[in-house]
Amino acid sequence: MTVSTPTGNLRTPQAPPGQAPGSGGHAKRRPLAPYLLTFCVSFATWLVLSGKFDTFHLSLGVVACLIVAYCSGDMLLATTDLRSLPGQWYRFAIYIPWLLYQIFVANIHVMRLVFHPRMLQLIDPQIIRFQTRLRSEMARFVLANSITLTPGTITVYVSVIGTFTVHAIDEECARALPGEMEAKVAAIFGE
Amino acid sequence: MEQVFLYSAVFLCAVMVLSLYRAILGPTVLDRLIGVNAIGSKTTTLLVLIGLIYNRVDMFVDIALAYATLNFIAVLAASRYFQKKKGLYDETGGR
Amino acid sequence: MNILATVLLICGLFFFFGGAVGILRFPDFYSRLHPAGKLDTMGQLSSMIAMALYAAQDLSLNAILTALKIMLIVAFVFITSPTATHAIVDAGVRAGLLPWSRGIRRGEE
Repeated sequence: MTVSTPTGNLRTPQAPPGQAPGSGGHAKRRPLAPYLLTFCVSFATWLVLSGKFDTFHLSLGVVACLIVAYCSGDMLLATTDLRSLPGQWYRFAIYIPWLLYQIFVANIHVMRLVFHPRMLQLIDPQIIRFQTRLRSEMARFVLANSITLTPGTITVYVSVIGTFTVHAIDEECARALPGEMEAKVAAIFGE
Repeated sequence: MEQVFLYSAVFLCAVMVLSLYRAILGPTVLDRLIGVNAIGSKTTTLLVLIGLIYNRVDMFVDIALAYATLNFIAVLAASRYFQKKKGLYDETGGR
Repeated sequence: MNILATVLLICGLFFFFGGAVGILRFPDFYSRLHPAGKLDTMGQLSSMIAMALYAAQDLSLNAILTALKIMLIVAFVFITSPTATHAIVDAGVRAGLLPWSRGIRRGEE
């Protein structure tokens, strides 16, 4: 499952981003904010991972994060519209506990299947297809990963026009599929 | 509490042996890959457990993170390799 | 706190055990992926939370950083595990493996 950014792929050799927010005319030609955000996220990860707060380690982290932000700044964020981003992340943070609850319930279901003595009569693997109405690639990616994380269903293939091919392990998992989860993901990304 | 971690680690090793059965005797290559993936995800937990047993969890956590990354990359690379090998490209979808 | 950690750890081990048994018992490659990819993820989540709780007991900076790192592993696993599962299932589909189905194959759905 690759997430390719539809828009921000124009990579021109310019000055490294993330210097300062208002550093001259480059900012006009290439949006600086995704790079800054990438820098902040990777630097937070650096702080957690290193756990040392002296000058030497911090400066090492700044250099490494600058390189990372320069190379992959347009990969983390698929959207160019930064205005909608905080709302998206907030709704995504609300979505995660619901997803965890779903994962838990479905895990119990699969556990029951696994330890059932007549398991071969209970399972009924089947491949189902459905058409999603999600437009953006990020939304499809989140939906596909959510489907895969929910036990009983695995996303096999997502076509370009948004047809999901899903392998479900029994009738019950297959029936529950496109409904609520798609609506939730659509609500996150405002579609 | 150390006792709990110790017995958990031993139990985890026993579970890994179960997965190893599938990794050795799996009918297809991909079955083996599933077994190896399962063993890898158990190993990540086992590393943190070992860290807790020896009171060096701050060190073993980094190793566990590196191992999780390595496991992921290995599975990705192996599955890409075996799908290329068959050469059956079917862009129309599930089948 | 110790009791909570122990209970969560045992839950995680139980999920791991279920995953291993599922890998052994299910009839074909596609259905084996279900317990492999996800019961393991759930077991990892549960036992990692237990260990993070135990590690963060004395509220020093170092302990909390360690707990954060453990949760970072969990977040990482939650992103990579579906991706790895998808890679394997994609390889299987492209190699032309047919899904096991009860009785006579009922053809395309």
